Amino acid sequence: MAVKTDPEQKQEQRLERALRKYKGKPGVLIAALQEAQEIFGYLPRKVLIRVANKLTIPLSEVYSVVSFYSFFSTVPTARHRLEVCLGTACYVQGAETLLRDLQDLCGTGPGKSAAESPFSITTTRCVGACGAAPIVKIGEELHGEMTAEKLPRLLEELEKQ
Amino acid sequence: MSTLVKELARERVRPETDHRLLVCGGIPCRSKGCREVKEALCDELQKRGIAGGIPVEVVGCIGDCSLGPALIVYPEGIIYQKLAPEDARTIVREHLIEGRIVEPLLHRDPRSSEILRQREAMPFYRGQTRLVLRNCGVISAHIDDYLKYRGYAALALALAEMSPQEVIGEVRSSGLRGRGGGGFPTGRKWALAREAPGDEKFVICNADEGDPGAFMDRNILEGDPHSVIEGMIIAGYATGAARGYIYVRAEYPMAVHRCREAITQARRKKLLGENILETGFSFDLEIRTGAGAFVCGEETALISSLHGTRGDPEPRPPFPAQKGLWGKPTLINNVETLANIPLIILHGAARFTELGPKGSPGTKVFALAGKVRHTGLVEVPLGTTLRRVIFDIGGGIPGDKEFKAAQTGGPRGGAWARSRSTGPWTTTACAKPARSSARGGSS
Repeated sequence: MAVKTDPEQKQEQRLERALRKYKGKPGVLIAALQEAQEIFGYLPRKVLIRVANKLTIPLSEVYSVVSFYSFFSTVPTARHRLEVCLGTACYVQGAETLLRDLQDLCGTGPGKSAAESPFSITTTRCVGACGAAPIVKIGEELHGEMTAEKLPRLLEELEKQ
Repeated sequence: MSTLVKELARERVRPETDHRLLVCGGIPCRSKGCREVKEALCDELQKRGIAGGIPVEVVGCIGDCSLGPALIVYPEGIIYQKLAPEDARTIVREHLIEGRIVEPLLHRDPRSSEILRQREAMPFYRGQTRLVLRNCGVISAHIDDYLKYRGYAALALALAEMSPQEVIGEVRSSGLRGRGGGGFPTGRKWALAREAPGDEKFVICNADEGDPGAFMDRNILEGDPHSVIEGMIIAGYATGAARGYIYVRAEYPMAVHRCREAITQARRKKLLGENILETGFSFDLEIRTGAGAFVCGEETALISSLHGTRGDPEPRPPFPAQKGLWGKPTLINNVETLANIPLIILHGAARFTELGPKGSPGTKVFALAGKVRHTGLVEVPLGTTLRRVIFDIGGGIPGDKEFKAAQTGGPRGGAWARSRSTGPWTTTACAKPARSSARGGSS
C-alpha cells in the first residue's frame, strides 16, 4: 500500500468530518458532494465510493447526480479555472471571439486542460453580470468588460499568484 | 404618482445629516474594481484622521451599471461615477474635508452635457418606479438598516392583526402574479397550498435565476435579502408552513453569502425560529445551492434537486402545492414575487393595484443589457412600453443608432422588432409566448 502524504490524509479527515454531518439526513447528497469537491478540487472515484458508503446511497445514484450537474468534475482541474460566460448578453458583446483568443493564448480549449498549463478554460451559462459583459470568471472572481487586449496581463497576473 | 409611491417616498425621507459613503457592490462594479475604491476611501479617511465618524458601506447594486464603480455621498446624495482609487482619495479631500463637490467625477448627460449630481436627477432613475428595488443600493443588506425603513413591519402587522386567510385575501386582491415567468396569480397559489391537507408544509423561494441576461433576482438577494425573507415568513404564516428553503444557483456566491448572513441576523432578532415576535408562530429557513443545471429553475425539477437527486422535472398535476417537497404541500414563489409581499401587506392591496394595467398590476424589474447606453436594473409599472425602457430610461443606443430589435424574457420570451416596441408589457401577455415578459431579462 502506498504511503499517504500528509495533505492527502488531511483531506480525507476533512471529508470524514463532513460526511458525519450529513449521515442519516434526507436530501443531502448534493450538499455533501459540493463539500467533497471543495476539499479535493474535484471528485475522484474513491471519493464517490466513500460518499456512497457513508450516506448509504447506491454508487450508481451518486454517479447519476455527479454527471447531471455541471458543477461537478470527475477529472482534476487546473490551478486557475477560467470560465468564459456565453450567456446572451456576453455573446452579443463578443464572448465567442474572446473565448477563441483565450484558447490561443493558453493553448487549451473548453473541457481539455493541457497537462502542463496552469489554466483550464471552460464556458459557463449566464453569471448575471450582463451590465459588464463580456465576463470571464476566474474562481469566484468576475472580470467584466473583458477584451482581447486585457487578456495577456490578466494571465500574467494569475501566473504570478 | 400613485399613493403607494408617495407613501414610500415619505418613508424614505430620513433626516440625513451626517456623512455616509455608499459604495456600489453590484457585480459589474466589483468587476470594475469597486473594492480598490473602497480601500482607497477607507485609507484616505484614516490618513486624514476622520475615519471614525464617516461610515463606508458596501451596498447592493445601485442600478445603473454604466456608472460603475459608483459612490453615493450622503447627506447630499451626490453620486460619483467611474471611479479609480485615486478619485476616491480626491473625493475625501475635496468633498468631505473642504466641502467642495468634485465636478469632473459627476455624471454628465451625454446629450445635453448637463451635470447630474443626484440619482433622482438622472433620466435612468427618474423614469423608474422603484418599489421592489426600494432598498437596493440605498441601504446595506444588514438587518439594522432594513429595520430603519419599516422592515419586518409587514410581518408584525400580519402576525398581530391578520388571520392567515386575511393575508391570503390581501395577496389575492392585489392581483399579484408570479414574477418568475409563469405569471400565475400568487394569491391563488397561496390558497391552494393552505387548503391542501397535511400537517407539514413547506415554502420555497426559487432563486435559480438562470435565463441568460436576467440578473434581477440576484440583485434583490444581494441588495435587500431581508425583503425576500420577510415575504417568505409571511407566506409561511399564510399557508401554514413552518419550514422554508431558499434555492439559489451556485453561480451566485455573493447572493448565497448575503442570504446566509441575513438569516443569521433574523434569527438573532427572533424574526426566524420559534415563537416569532411572541405570537406563537414558528418558522425557519435554510439555504440550498444548486449545482449548475438550468432546468432546476422549473419548480418540479427544483424539488427533485432539493431531494438531493438529479434535477429531473415531474409531470404536473399533482402540483407542488398539493404534493411537493417530500411529498408534502409546498408553495414555490420566485424572489421578486416574494419581495412584493411586504409592500402589499403593509400598504394594502388597493394601493398596489393603482400601479400597472388591470389584470397585471404592480411593477416589474427588468435587467437591461447589450447595446444600450445605460445598462442595469430598471423597475417600471407593468404596461410600460419597451421603447420607453430603452430610450427614456436606458438612454437609447450608443452613437444614436437605430433600434432594430430586443430579446426579452429568456428562452420563453422572444425578439421584439421595432414595430412592436410601442406595445405595453404585461405578465398576462404570457398566454402569447412571443410577448411574454414576466421574466425580466432584456438584452
